Amino acid sequence: MELAFVIIATVTLGGAVAVMSLRHLVHCALALVVTFAGLGAMYLLLSAEFVAFVQLLVYVGAVAILIVFALLLTRSATVEPHQGLLHSKVAGVGIALLAFGTIISALLTSSRFDRTQITAPSLTVRQIGEELMTRYVLPLEVIGLLLTAATIGAVVIAMDERKVADRSKSAEPEHAAEDKHG
Amino acid sequence: MDIGQLINSILNDPDQVFVLTKAFVVGKFPEGAQPLVSILLSILPILSVFPGLFALTTILERKGLGRIQNRMGPNRVGPFGILQPVADGIKALIKEDVVPRAADKVVHFLAPVVIVIPVIMSYAVLPVGRNMVAIDLDAGLLFFFAVGASTELAVFMAGWSSRNKYSLLGAMRAIGQMISYEIPLILSAITVVMAVGSLSTTSMVDAQAGYYGWLPNWYVFTPWGFAGFLLFLTAATAESNRSPFDIPEGESEIIAGYFVEYSGFKFALFFLGEYLGLFAVSGLAITLFLGGWHAPLPFLEWIPSWCWFFVKLMCFIVLFIWLRGTLPRLRQDQLMNFAWKFMLPLTLINIVVAGIWRFLEPGMLRWAVCAAILAAAYVLLARGLTAARGVAPREYRYAEN
Repeated sequence: MELAFVIIATVTLGGAVAVMSLRHLVHCALALVVTFAGLGAMYLLLSAEFVAFVQLLVYVGAVAILIVFALLLTRSATVEPHQGLLHSKVAGVGIALLAFGTIISALLTSSRFDRTQITAPSLTVRQIGEELMTRYVLPLEVIGLLLTAATIGAVVIAMDERKVADRSKSAEPEHAAEDKHG
Repeated sequence: MDIGQLINSILNDPDQVFVLTKAFVVGKFPEGAQPLVSILLSILPILSVFPGLFALTTILERKGLGRIQNRMGPNRVGPFGILQPVADGIKALIKEDVVPRAADKVVHFLAPVVIVIPVIMSYAVLPVGRNMVAIDLDAGLLFFFAVGASTELAVFMAGWSSRNKYSLLGAMRAIGQMISYEIPLILSAITVVMAVGSLSTTSMVDAQAGYYGWLPNWYVFTPWGFAGFLLFLTAATAESNRSPFDIPEGESEIIAGYFVEYSGFKFALFFLGEYLGLFAVSGLAITLFLGGWHAPLPFLEWIPSWCWFFVKLMCFIVLFIWLRGTLPRLRQDQLMNFAWKFMLPLTLINIVVAGIWRFLEPGMLRWAVCAAILAAAYVLLARGLTAARGVAPREYRYAEN
């Protein structure tokens, strides 16, 4: 258990560091995938099977591909190494430490994370499914509707407007004449 | 337990020969090492049997394609050329490994590794026989698709790192195709999940035990199961870049697509990954629709369960070789139209039909209603799509009679 945690945490953090420090954007994206996969493994270690597999399916299978495609299609893959906002490394490290300290102190003093009471819940995929289909059915449906609307919107934006206009303009007989050749 | 008892119990139940042998070997180790040995003994057969099957398939495929194309196929190494895979393997190992000078060395090296490892991991949830599954996960089907999701990334890594326009084009084609066909693949598998009420692959096989008279209780013999099986098979063919969906490789247009800049054993690894992916997805089709390791007829049950799994797998392999030898390659737009306009609506309708099947009384009426809905959807979709594209019977101007 301990050894597995150390290995997974090292890989995940290593990936995260690589995302920030590598110069080439595609390398950064690939390192991000390592972090995603490491997080998935961490969920698995915490016996959250369903979340782990969905993490892999969604982040490694879809989000990573999306990022990579966006990089390629916007031609940023050949972008020159750029300078960050802050030129001084000391200031950067200082700000990072300050932010990290704030988050950690907030977490440690928070009453929501009472470490003494934590017991690992045994949750099966069946239970998650039943909850989704009974108690959380409305949010699920709303999200489904939202995603469908977003997909349709994306298709409408991506559609070639000129072509659509042409098709609606062109009369039926013309179409029939075209088909004879094909 | 000594060796005599082991042999006795194997003779009593030849079906469990591997399970009993594993338990016997694990028992010989000290208490602390037993979990590790048990895991290793589950992994080793997967690592040896399926790559072995890959070697067998390469020779079968070359022989079969040769037969279809009216030529001999490989016949020089060993009797009837059956040692050809050995020669191919040695050739791949001793070949020079050429890496393009402009290539991204690290990513170029990692891509073939990343393509093979997840595929091998997906075998962990395939039940190849009674009590023979490496890990019986509660969400086994989800695991299968989750590890399979990284294949697209490996393809991208290979195509991008080669710094070759054919590679990049091939990778783009492959990723577009895989994403498009993953949706019908998963949606057609969902019908079985609905019928079984579980994501575990072993419970899917258990749910298909038994017979109606002489007909096995497999899901492929229900209307939604039959439609789902055909949709799954089509999507699986596209997922594994097999002909007629092999445009990512398209030898005549982009040479070999994303692995054109690979040579030697890395090239062999790409082939291995592709074929192992094909076997895995065929194995999943067997588990979902063809009753897993169950025998097709009641009087054949004396044959061990793992034999049935591999017999079914070999049938799939032969089918894929046959398809490759006889079907022409699709065009990119045809491929996308087929996935999004035909397969996706049909899989969605199939899910509804599976729901109707679940809530109707068993009997002829249920059969008729579900089959009628599916047939109507199929005909209307096909007619509507061909009419929308203005496809009509071809008119021959000069070749009339």
